[in-house]
Amino acid sequence: MHSFGYRANALFTFAVTILGFMCALASFTDSFNSPSPSVQVLKVNWFQKQPNGNDEVSMTLNISADLQSLFTWNTKQVFVFLAAEYVTPKHVLNQISLWDAIIQEKENAKFTITTSNKYRFIDQGSNLRGKEFNLTLHWHVMPKTGKMLADKVVLPGYRLPAEYR
Amino acid sequence: MTSICSFEDFYMDWQGQSLAEKLMQIMLLGFAVIAFGTGYLTASFQTMILIYAVGVVLTTLVTVPNWPVFNRHPLKWLDPSEVEKHPKPQPSSNVNSKKKPIKK
Repeated sequence: MHSFGYRANALFTFAVTILGFMCALASFTDSFNSPSPSVQVLKVNWFQKQPNGNDEVSMTLNISADLQSLFTWNTKQVFVFLAAEYVTPKHVLNQISLWDAIIQEKENAKFTITTSNKYRFIDQGSNLRGKEFNLTLHWHVMPKTGKMLADKVVLPGYRLPAEYR
Repeated sequence: MTSICSFEDFYMDWQGQSLAEKLMQIMLLGFAVIAFGTGYLTASFQTMILIYAVGVVLTTLVTVPNWPVFNRHPLKWLDPSEVEKHPKPQPSSNVNSKKKPIKK
């Protein structure tokens, strides 16, 4: 005979299974979202360059971005970071994260900030004189349930000065 | 009142159990659909979870306790006087013995 405990257990299991399906469905609706973010790094001012064995650059970044189309009902936060990429004779790809932020509200996803680089831009060696580099803005869209989306936009054509200051 | 009636004193009959189970499944699925639809249309994940949580609690209150409505066709147990006419079969003596049976 189905006892009280049996029914309670059956209900609980069924309820949680349905909850799992609802969350999977919510995550699936994210695939209908086609984001179209726009990014611009307006000005990079080079401040100083100190050789200490390794090259180091300190710069002021002026970043303007509109990431509002990334947000859906199933988005918890968006993690965005700006990375500098360049080539050296020793390594094909060097990537350094210069700045990052966590955006938790859709309204805050459209922003313009002027800041010096949050993390130090230090090369392993002395390869940065006159170096050409790309600035890439990466973003990770973290959902409330389900699959995380990561994407980026590459902004090429930045060059460091040829001499130390 | 000297005694308190608890839910253990009530039973569900077979029809009642079948009804309770079907009701539980339908209610949970129904609330899930309503919750998902509302949450999606209002673009609020929290709304979906809230409506579903309310739905689960409501379903629990309706289907899990032994409400009398689930006991409308109660089982008719045999009278105790019938028991003497149909004695329980006695287990054989081999079962109680712990010694190995002697080969003949």
